[in-house]
Amino acid sequence: MEQFFYFLSFLAILTSIMVVVSKNPVHSVLYLILTFFAITGHYILLNAHFLAIVNLVVYAGAIMVLFLFVIMFLNLNKDAEPKKPVAMQFASVLAAGLLFLVLVAAVKDVSLGTSSIPVSNIGYVSELGKLLFTKFMVPFEITSILFLSAMIGAVVIAKK
Amino acid sequence: MQSLSGRKKNVVNKKMTIGEKLYLPAIIGGMFVTLKHFFGKSKTVKYPEVKRNFSENYRGLHVLKKDDTGAERCTACGLCALSCPAEAITMTAAERTKEDKGLYREEKYAAVYEINMLRCIFCGLCEEACPKQAIFLTSEEIAPANYDRGDFIFGKDKLVEKQHHPVGKIRGGGPYSKEHYHQHGKNKSIF
Amino acid sequence: MDIVLIEKSILVVIIFAISLGIAAYSTYFERKFAGFFQDRVGPNNAGPFGILQPLADGAKLFTKEEFIPTNANTFLFILGPSLAMLTACMTSAVIPWGGTLEVAGRTISLQVADLSVGILYVFGVVSLGVYGIMIGGWSSNNKYSLLGAIRAASQNISYEIAMGLSIIALLMVASDGTLSISNIVNFQINNYWLIVYQPLGFLIFMICSFAETNRTPFDLPECEAELVGGYHTEYSSMKLGLYLFAEYVNMFISSAVMATLYFGGYDVPFLADFEASLGHNLVTILGTLFFFGKIMLFIFFFMWVRWTIPRFRYDQLMKLGWQVLIPLSIINIVLTGLVLTFVK
Repeated sequence: MEQFFYFLSFLAILTSIMVVVSKNPVHSVLYLILTFFAITGHYILLNAHFLAIVNLVVYAGAIMVLFLFVIMFLNLNKDAEPKKPVAMQFASVLAAGLLFLVLVAAVKDVSLGTSSIPVSNIGYVSELGKLLFTKFMVPFEITSILFLSAMIGAVVIAKK
Repeated sequence: MQSLSGRKKNVVNKKMTIGEKLYLPAIIGGMFVTLKHFFGKSKTVKYPEVKRNFSENYRGLHVLKKDDTGAERCTACGLCALSCPAEAITMTAAERTKEDKGLYREEKYAAVYEINMLRCIFCGLCEEACPKQAIFLTSEEIAPANYDRGDFIFGKDKLVEKQHHPVGKIRGGGPYSKEHYHQHGKNKSIF
Repeated sequence: MDIVLIEKSILVVIIFAISLGIAAYSTYFERKFAGFFQDRVGPNNAGPFGILQPLADGAKLFTKEEFIPTNANTFLFILGPSLAMLTACMTSAVIPWGGTLEVAGRTISLQVADLSVGILYVFGVVSLGVYGIMIGGWSSNNKYSLLGAIRAASQNISYEIAMGLSIIALLMVASDGTLSISNIVNFQINNYWLIVYQPLGFLIFMICSFAETNRTPFDLPECEAELVGGYHTEYSSMKLGLYLFAEYVNMFISSAVMATLYFGGYDVPFLADFEASLGHNLVTILGTLFFFGKIMLFIFFFMWVRWTIPRFRYDQLMKLGWQVLIPLSIINIVLTGLVLTFVK
């Protein structure tokens, strides 16, 4: 199990780096899909089957297809890339630096203890469903309303 | 405008009913049409093994006929070449010598008679124009395929009939005629 | 090695061989049936009745020139058909092909992996299937390939939604708290087949399966009239063969899924009554054979539709997916919920 974990973690980090490093945006998306696969593997190791498969269906299967879809439409290459103004470059460096700071602050206090993976049925569909529709009813419904508003917004924009 | 044939139909863009808008009845109907064909008889003629008979008035490869004594009927009058809309026929006339008397019916004959099969449209006008009933389009052979354009110019060696058939009874007996052809093509015609 | 692992490996190899064999012979029967539907005879020269035609086709594809366009992305160009084939074969792992066999005191299940999220696994793999097409289409560096790939992607995404919604209604009837496929089959063994409870859901699921497998009338990704060859325009040799073959494997798998979810899987009514006289193993094998019979009927149906119904126009396809099937499947869910609440 531990070897699997290290392999998946290595894969996830490597492919994430490749997402950023790749020159070709289509390659970036393909690496991102691999990243999602690695994360799906992590979910399976955590016995969260439902989450794993939903991650696969929704992120790798649907959202990334849409990403790929859009990027294939845009004819992105080096010549077409617009020159970014200095202010924007500065802003992006600042934002990324701040994010990095937050991450460092978060990781700083983590102790590398021997954490055993808890084997429970919490990741199964029935337990998850019960939890979602009892304890987390309100956030769940609010999320769905959020999605609904996004969908209506998309329809409105499309109809204009 | 009034339809002379009486088959004219006016196109109307009528609104579809709800039943039609569902499409499912039409789809199921179509499915059963194809299913009927699935169990129906095949109309294929399995070509190399089985050959379909040509129709009686099929216009195939040309043949230069002989008369009952075995003499060539063509007198090189050139009417066929004149009538040809595709300019496919050329010929050179010559005078018959004494030794050749049995070979040619008239005193004038075609020393060279060529039909360009790439130009020919198989309209049959040469057959109509011929006053001597010398050229016919057979109803059982088609111009064969070839690798060389030059080989499509058929001279007398290919055009003059090998086996004599009386004029008007069987249009056939040309150079590519095979006697077993009809035996093999004994499948009943479906057309 | 663990004995379970050996059993499963043997099962995997058998299933793999069977699905490839059936896919190969689907190509033959497709052409044969196309002939029958059009009053022809179909391929009849390779062996008796043309029975060796798939081998001849395979030999032809293998010996053809391997061609990769100069400006194509070579790695992705090769990855595309491999992915298409891989995802086509992966689904068969969760389908219960039969009951249990008792060999040498051990009970062997004829299902490779009884996942608790079996149905979602099917969905996941199906949704990944589009990558094979998209990557192949994009890396060919050809506008027709790209357009075909984009059509395939949008079509798959659109019809997956209706498909998922029709499955939800099915699960409301049959599920016992998990999404395991063997559970659904067990439900159908104990009750009626799910087609009785979910006729509308089945219709939606079937139409969506046609769209997901890119079969006529939804074969727009490869429609010859507009897109030359669609996403596999630039492909030749066995890479093209893999794409074409993947379509038939997909057809086999989705037939199997339909037969499992709505037509009882390996369940045969009243067969269990003969278990005492026939023996457990024989009953299981008979059930599996019947299951394959159901699959064959569905494959025949796929072909029947292909040679009957013409291709959709693209806007009609999208309209059908979004404006007809999705509302219908939501109505189906609501109706199912109402019936479950007030009738039972």
